[in-house]
Amino acid sequence: MTEDLGIWAVPVAMLGGAIRVSTPFLFVSLGECLTERSGRINLGLEGTLVFGAMAGYAIAFESGSAWIGVVAAALAGAVFGLFHGWLCRFKGVNDIAMGIALMLLGLGLAFFFGKPYIQPVAPDLPAISFGWWSEIPQIRAALEVNALFIVGILLAFAMAWMFRNAALGLRIRVVGDSADAARAIGLSPNRVRLWSTAAGGAFAGVAGAYLSLYYPGSWNEGLSSGQGLMAVALVIFARWNPVMCLFAALLFGAAGALGPALQTVGFTSGYYLFFAAPYVLTLVLLIFTSSPGKAMEGAPGELSITK
Amino acid sequence: MHTKLNRRSLLASSAALGAAAMLPGRTLAADNLTVGFIYVGPKDDFGYNQAHAEGAAAVKAMAGVTVIEEENVPETVDVQSTMESMIQFDGASLLFPTSFGYFDPHILEVAPKYPDVRFQHAAGLWSADKHPMTVGSYFGYIGMGQFLNGITAGHATKTKKIGFVAAKPIPQVLLNINSFLLGARQVDPEITCQVIFTGEWSLAVKEAEATNALADQGCDVITCHVDGPKVVMETAAARGSYVCGYHANQSPLAPEMYLTGAEWNWADVYTGMVKTVMEGGTIDNFVRGGIADGFVKMSPLGPAVSDAARAQFEATKAEIMKGGYSVIKGPLKDNSGNVIAAEGQAFAEDDIALESMDYLVEGVIGSTS
Amino acid sequence: MSDVTASRTVFPAALSIWVPRLEAVIIPIGALVVGLGLFAVFLLFLGRSPVDFFALVYKAGFGTGFSWKNTLSRVAPLLFAGLCVALPARLGLVVIGGEGAIALGGLAAAVMGVWSGALPGAIGLILMAAAAMVIGGAWIGAIGFLRIKRGVNETIASLLMAYIAIALMNHLVEGAFRDPASLNKPSTAPLPDSLRVGDMPIGIEVHWGLGIGVLCCFLCWILLDRTTIGFAARVAGGNIRAAQVQSLPVGKLVIGFTALGGSMAGLAGYFEVTATHGAANASLVVGYGYTGILVAFLARHNPIAIIPVAVLLAGFEASSGLIQRRMDLPDATILVMQGIVFVVLLLSETLYGRLRIFRPDLWGGKA
Repeated sequence: MTEDLGIWAVPVAMLGGAIRVSTPFLFVSLGECLTERSGRINLGLEGTLVFGAMAGYAIAFESGSAWIGVVAAALAGAVFGLFHGWLCRFKGVNDIAMGIALMLLGLGLAFFFGKPYIQPVAPDLPAISFGWWSEIPQIRAALEVNALFIVGILLAFAMAWMFRNAALGLRIRVVGDSADAARAIGLSPNRVRLWSTAAGGAFAGVAGAYLSLYYPGSWNEGLSSGQGLMAVALVIFARWNPVMCLFAALLFGAAGALGPALQTVGFTSGYYLFFAAPYVLTLVLLIFTSSPGKAMEGAPGELSITK
Repeated sequence: MHTKLNRRSLLASSAALGAAAMLPGRTLAADNLTVGFIYVGPKDDFGYNQAHAEGAAAVKAMAGVTVIEEENVPETVDVQSTMESMIQFDGASLLFPTSFGYFDPHILEVAPKYPDVRFQHAAGLWSADKHPMTVGSYFGYIGMGQFLNGITAGHATKTKKIGFVAAKPIPQVLLNINSFLLGARQVDPEITCQVIFTGEWSLAVKEAEATNALADQGCDVITCHVDGPKVVMETAAARGSYVCGYHANQSPLAPEMYLTGAEWNWADVYTGMVKTVMEGGTIDNFVRGGIADGFVKMSPLGPAVSDAARAQFEATKAEIMKGGYSVIKGPLKDNSGNVIAAEGQAFAEDDIALESMDYLVEGVIGSTS
Repeated sequence: MSDVTASRTVFPAALSIWVPRLEAVIIPIGALVVGLGLFAVFLLFLGRSPVDFFALVYKAGFGTGFSWKNTLSRVAPLLFAGLCVALPARLGLVVIGGEGAIALGGLAAAVMGVWSGALPGAIGLILMAAAAMVIGGAWIGAIGFLRIKRGVNETIASLLMAYIAIALMNHLVEGAFRDPASLNKPSTAPLPDSLRVGDMPIGIEVHWGLGIGVLCCFLCWILLDRTTIGFAARVAGGNIRAAQVQSLPVGKLVIGFTALGGSMAGLAGYFEVTATHGAANASLVVGYGYTGILVAFLARHNPIAIIPVAVLLAGFEASSGLIQRRMDLPDATILVMQGIVFVVLLLSETLYGRLRIFRPDLWGGKA
């Protein structure tokens, strides 16, 4: 039977919210982190994410397997990333504006082809129960963890390791910090950026599939509430560090659960303000961690947005 | 102030008016009538818009009628253009703009320019001294459906806590929340209802989080009033809570956990209204109806509904079918202790005062601001 | 070589001035045509007739008097929202949060309208516009301030502040400023008729927002292209940090341009409230701020170019309904078309200065 947790319901809900809500933020910010580390920015991940959500849901429904849906979403995301990467290699093309245009295209295509899939019910991704040790149903529910969440955590650490130690990671960083230096050592900045953007797109696609196939677990046009857009903010917030992206995503997920949970323990007014808490928090942290006069610490030198 | 009108009397009066055929506006019987439906969201959202679209589909099946539809039309200058475009390009002479926010200022802006077109607006409060005669408003007493939902919920709950995911604290939503709890309290007056407002009509992740927060609080029957209840139904069922539907039939989404649901029955209402116009009659400007009038219907009871619940549900429904049923009746206080209805005082389902409700009744945990 | 000399001697001045300007017109138009062509291919793949489609877009967006009304009535907020992006862009700042300034500007106008209901209409309307511009300007100007004083990235700050502004607007509209009589759509108290802006006397029912918007575009163009402030902004726009080192008044420029952009967005909210809705409510947030980003980038941040771009976009959106009804295509079709057209238009940026036909100095030159 459910126990009355009183005020403790809030931290438990935030724990559950962090696990449930953070995964799309995590994937999309890791994808953006990878892309930005190569010196390019993709503001269009919102469109990629929504298209991934639609594609994942549609393929999962047609194939009967949620995991095939996730793969399809990743592929669709990679195609969007490749497209962005290819378009931005042309001289004079503004990657920020192109991202916005591709966001529009991604949303348009997702809504266009997604119409027939609003009604059908596709299979969901399974959850793994980590709460078996607890007698408290709320904690058991909070610790229902989707495999993608675990994959995301591993990915964050793997990416951090890659940037520090692997040849591939070092190449991406060189390209991101100075295209000239990269050319001098025989790297093609455009090619590295192309594949970094493609991989980033694939991550955003998976983020979308998580939304449509696990939580909240259905496809409709209002599915995303700007997770893809926020990714850009989270990456800057995380100082282009994948492990920090993980914490930023968890924080955002937890803060997102704060509003509804507070209403259940008696804080019933001002819910719009509680819902805005994650944005306020990010802004305040950004203000305190930025410094005037110099580029942000950790920022790739080639990044248009922080130059 | 207003005539309560059910479908049968509506058809009867239309025949009478057809004979008279002397009223202003469109009085000639139309051979081919173009009817426009405008939705604020996607028309297959398992909710508010789908309910209207199902009504439009029934109209489409009528002979001599052309139906045109537009979805995802925001409550801005967009809807004004859409209405005019339907009139100018498609020759529509009967429009159903189905979102509350379309009324003021948008319909009121467009209607005077097209005196031959009839604007039928869902949920609005048409009033003869303020608004054009070519505008009409119609709605249903779906709060009665939430009351019946509450009866099944009252039988199903073990924790004596039920939950409601709501978009905004507006009269229609407050009436639904209050009715849901009062229905449950017909079974056990100890039951409480936790409400969470999401602030938006359609916001999937927030609705899912709200549902989880309710489940964390031990609410084991959950219903909602948002535009598309799909996410709430699926999330609640996954948490092992029973669900009561709203707007449309959501039982396919959670067949085992679905108790029943309050559904719009626009098909009958819309075909009735279109028929009136085709026969040369005029639809009344202010139309309301409840379960008895075929405006609202209940989803078939689900497998989890006990025999006792079924018996009480059917008995109450039979009472409601007689018309004039009161859910809000004294002695009743709101949840901050103010008296809403004294002993013996009752607000029948068609009482216009209910359409400006601004309180949550005792036993609802939440606030209206 | 002789050909080149000949052409130079005949029309040297005229050519060197007009040909590059022609480039700025022909490349975008060419890109538009290519983009629409690609969209036609998309339709053909789906087995739909592009001819029918474009005929409907023309008919619904530009073909009749009503179509023009439909199109032009959507233009005003796009002009203001476009300026909100274009002005800071001259300094190299990418501000994407105009939506927030529209919401708060509209709310400020509505609240001021309620307070000044007893004043004569003209004064009340001016006070409302001032309130909208001050609040919108302060909101986006704060982003410029944070950029200068704390080095906070303006793109991210504006995005975050847009979410915060919308939350604040909803909180106030459903709380402190709610008119208790606004039953099922929480709004501020309705404005009296004296505080409603009417239509322009141009034979089409379009409110004054369009005229004022066009005027603002021209004024901003003068500011940017014909004043020393605009010149300083362009110099600083290349690299803000470098300009700071060169002791240009970068701080004032950044705060001034972001604030001016924000006040334009505030005006968008003002006209939504006073001309369209008659009160502030959640309908202020319908994405004009985000469409404004596209408008500004497509216009290459040129305030004059914002006008035709906004009209074109508005025409596309005006045709969305007829396409849904006549061709049974989803409403997202227009979104797909816009997406394709914008991608091609932005891609065409790469052609500037690279097409020989627009370089009289190279005509007949090195092969």
